[in-house]
Amino acid sequence: MPPASVQLFATCLIETIRPQAGLAVVEVLERLGLTVEYPDGQTCCGQPAFNAGAWDEARAMARHTLDVLCRDVPAGDVPPERLYDQLPPVVVPSGSCADMIFHHYPELLAGDPKYGPLAEAVAARTYEFTQFLVEVMGVRKVEAHFPGKLTYHPSCHLLRGLGVTEAPRTLLSNVAGADVVELPEATQCCGFGGLFAVKMSDISSAMLDRKLDAIEKTGAPTLVGCDVSCLLHIGGGLHRRGSRVETKHLAEILAGP
Amino acid sequence: MQSNLTFHERVEDALQNQTLHLALDRATGRFTSLRANAFASFADNGDAIRDRARMIRAHTLSRLDTYLAQFADAVEAAGGHVHWASTAEAANTVVIQIAKQNNVRSIVKGKSMVTEETHLNHALESAGLTVIESDLGEYIIQLAGETPSHIIAPAIHKTKEQIGQLLHEKIGMPLTDEPSKMTAAARAKLRDVFLNADMGISGVNFGVAETGTICLVENEGNGRLTTTAPRIHLAMMGIERLVPTLHDLSVMLQVLARSATGQKLSVYTNLITGPRRADADGPDQLHVVLVDNGRSRVLGTEVAEILYCIRCGACLNACPVYQQIGGHAYGGVYTGPVGAVLTPALYGIDLWSELPHASSLCGACREVCPVRIDIPRMLLQLRDEGHRAGKTPGWLKLGLPFYRLAATTPWVFHLGAWLARTATRLLAAQGWLTKLPPPLSGWTASRDFPAFAPRSFSAQFKRRKNHKGTAFTK
Repeated sequence: MPPASVQLFATCLIETIRPQAGLAVVEVLERLGLTVEYPDGQTCCGQPAFNAGAWDEARAMARHTLDVLCRDVPAGDVPPERLYDQLPPVVVPSGSCADMIFHHYPELLAGDPKYGPLAEAVAARTYEFTQFLVEVMGVRKVEAHFPGKLTYHPSCHLLRGLGVTEAPRTLLSNVAGADVVELPEATQCCGFGGLFAVKMSDISSAMLDRKLDAIEKTGAPTLVGCDVSCLLHIGGGLHRRGSRVETKHLAEILAGP
Repeated sequence: MQSNLTFHERVEDALQNQTLHLALDRATGRFTSLRANAFASFADNGDAIRDRARMIRAHTLSRLDTYLAQFADAVEAAGGHVHWASTAEAANTVVIQIAKQNNVRSIVKGKSMVTEETHLNHALESAGLTVIESDLGEYIIQLAGETPSHIIAPAIHKTKEQIGQLLHEKIGMPLTDEPSKMTAAARAKLRDVFLNADMGISGVNFGVAETGTICLVENEGNGRLTTTAPRIHLAMMGIERLVPTLHDLSVMLQVLARSATGQKLSVYTNLITGPRRADADGPDQLHVVLVDNGRSRVLGTEVAEILYCIRCGACLNACPVYQQIGGHAYGGVYTGPVGAVLTPALYGIDLWSELPHASSLCGACREVCPVRIDIPRMLLQLRDEGHRAGKTPGWLKLGLPFYRLAATTPWVFHLGAWLARTATRLLAAQGWLTKLPPPLSGWTASRDFPAFAPRSFSAQFKRRKNHKGTAFTK
C-alpha cells in the first residue's frame, strides 16, 4: 500500500535560494493525494562538513536532522526494529542530500547506541523525490505540460550515489509537450562538488565549462536537474556566460506552468 | 623527481596548457569508450567477474603474509632468487648490487610503476649504469626527461605532433606526425639495446603464489624481449601484487586488459616461471625484488582497499578532474583518483593533504574500477584524517563552529539565512552576485551566485498550510 503521508526534508538550498522547487515538490505530492509534513527545525544535512573531513561536526548535524525527522516517534518505547514502521517516508528533492542520509548517516553514526539505529531506520525510509514517485508511488506520469525543448543533467550523487538513472528520465519523457533532447556527455560531473567549487575553483571551472558547452550544444532553452546545488552551479555559469538557458528543478516541470 | 611547485601552481600550469588538453581529450575519451565496449562482451557488462576479481584481491590481501611466503618459496623452487626490500632505497640497492656482482653495464627496462616509485633509473645512473626504457611511452618520457603521467599510458600528456618533434631531435628521425613511422624509428633504435643489454628489468602485473609465476602483460613485445634476451632478468614488484592461483590469474586478466585498453586480452601475456632450463633459452638468472615501501603500513587501515588496485588506469580516464589537469599536477608517481588515495596512504597525509580534495566525489572512478574500489569513500576517509591532522584551511577551521552551531540550532540557522538573504539581496544586481569576497571569490571567478530568495521555503510552506485551498505563489 502506498503511504498516506510523507515527511519532506526540503534541504538548505531550497529553503534559502530556490523555494519554488520545494513548493513544486509539495504540489506534485499533494496532487497524488499525499499529506506532506514539513518537520520544523530543519537545517542542513551536514554533507559539506562531511565532505570537508569535519566528521565530528557532520555527526552533530546528522543527529540534529535525525531528531527532526524522528520527532513524532514516541520517545523511549519504540524498539529499534519497530522504528521503521513508525516513520513516514522521508522525501528529499536532492540526490546528494538523500545520498548523505541514505549512505553516510548510518556509517557516521555506526557506533552510536541511540542514533545508530535511528540512522538505519531513517536511511531505509529516505528517497530522493523522483525515486519516491517512481519506486514507491509507482507513478510514471504526472499530469504536467511543458512546451518546448529541454535537456536533463543527471547529477552524480543521484546517478552513481543512489543509482537512480531512469526515474527522472521516465517522468520527464511523459510530460506533455516536452521535447527532451539528450545532453552530450550527460553523466560527466558539472564540477560543483560542494566546497570543491571554492577550494579547487580552477579545476571546477574547467569542468563546468565543458558541461556548459554541452548544454548550449543541445539548443534547449531549459536545463532540468534533480539537485538544486548542481543547478545553482550550472545556472551561475550560464548567467556569467550571458546564456539564456534557464535551469529548473524537475519538480518545477512536473508541477506545471 | 618531484616538482618544487605547489599543488595549486601545478594545477594552474596544467589548466593553461592547451596542448595537454588536446592530448588528454584525444586519449581519455578513446580509452573510456574502448573500455565500455570491451565490457559489453559480457552478458552482464562484467558485473559478476568484477565482483569475483574483487573477492580474489580481498582474499589475497587478507592473507598476504601466507601468500608472500608461498610465492617466494615457489620462485626459488623454480630456480629464481627472491629479495625483500622494505623501502625504495633498499630495493634500488639490491638491484645495483646484483648488477655489480654480475658485471652488468647496460640495462634495458620494461614498463614498471614500482621502479618509478623507487626512482630506480636515477639510482642506476648514479651508480654508473646505463639504463634504457623499452616501452614506447616510457622511452618517449625518458628521452624528454620527464615522468609518466598515466599508469598505463606514460606519455598520454603528449600529442603525436610533440612526440614526432622529440624523436626528430633526440634520435634523428625524419619529422613526421604518423605514429607508425615513429614506432618504427623507436623500434629500430631499441633493437640493438635489447641485444646488447646485460640485464632486463621488468615490473610485474601479477605474481602467482602457487607456482611462483610472474605475469607481465603488454602490447609491444618489448616486455618479452626485456625478460628473455639479456642474461639476467630482474623483476621488481610491490608486495601486494599477488594472486593465489593460475585460475585466479585468469579472472584478473579478463578484467585488466578490458579496463586498461579495452582489449579482451593484451597482445602479449607473458608467464615467466624461473630462469632458463638446461635445454631451453631465456635468461641465466631470475631475480624477484619484493618491495614494501609503505604498503604493509596501509594494510589494516581504513584505506587498505586501495591495495586491491591492479593498475589498469581506468579511474584516471574516467575522472573529470584527471581529464582537466592530467597526471603531473598530482605531483606523485601514481596519479588520478587512485593516486589521490595511494600517495597520501603510502607517504603520509601531512605531505599530501591536498590530493584527497582534488575530487568532486562524482563517483566515476568507482563506477569503472575492475575490482570495485570505493575510491570516493577513501578520499573522504583521508579528508577526515587530514582534518584531524590540522590540514583544513584556516578560513574553514574558523567557520566550522559557526556552521555547526547554525546547523544544529534552528533559530541560529534562520538568523544566518536572514542575514545572508539581506546581504545578498542588497548587493546583488538583478538577482545575481558577480563578485564575492575571499574565500568565496573562487566561485565568482567563473560563475555568478544567485541572491537568496525573498521568502524562505519554510515561511511559504506555512503560509500555504494556513491558507489551505488557495493557490500559492510561485
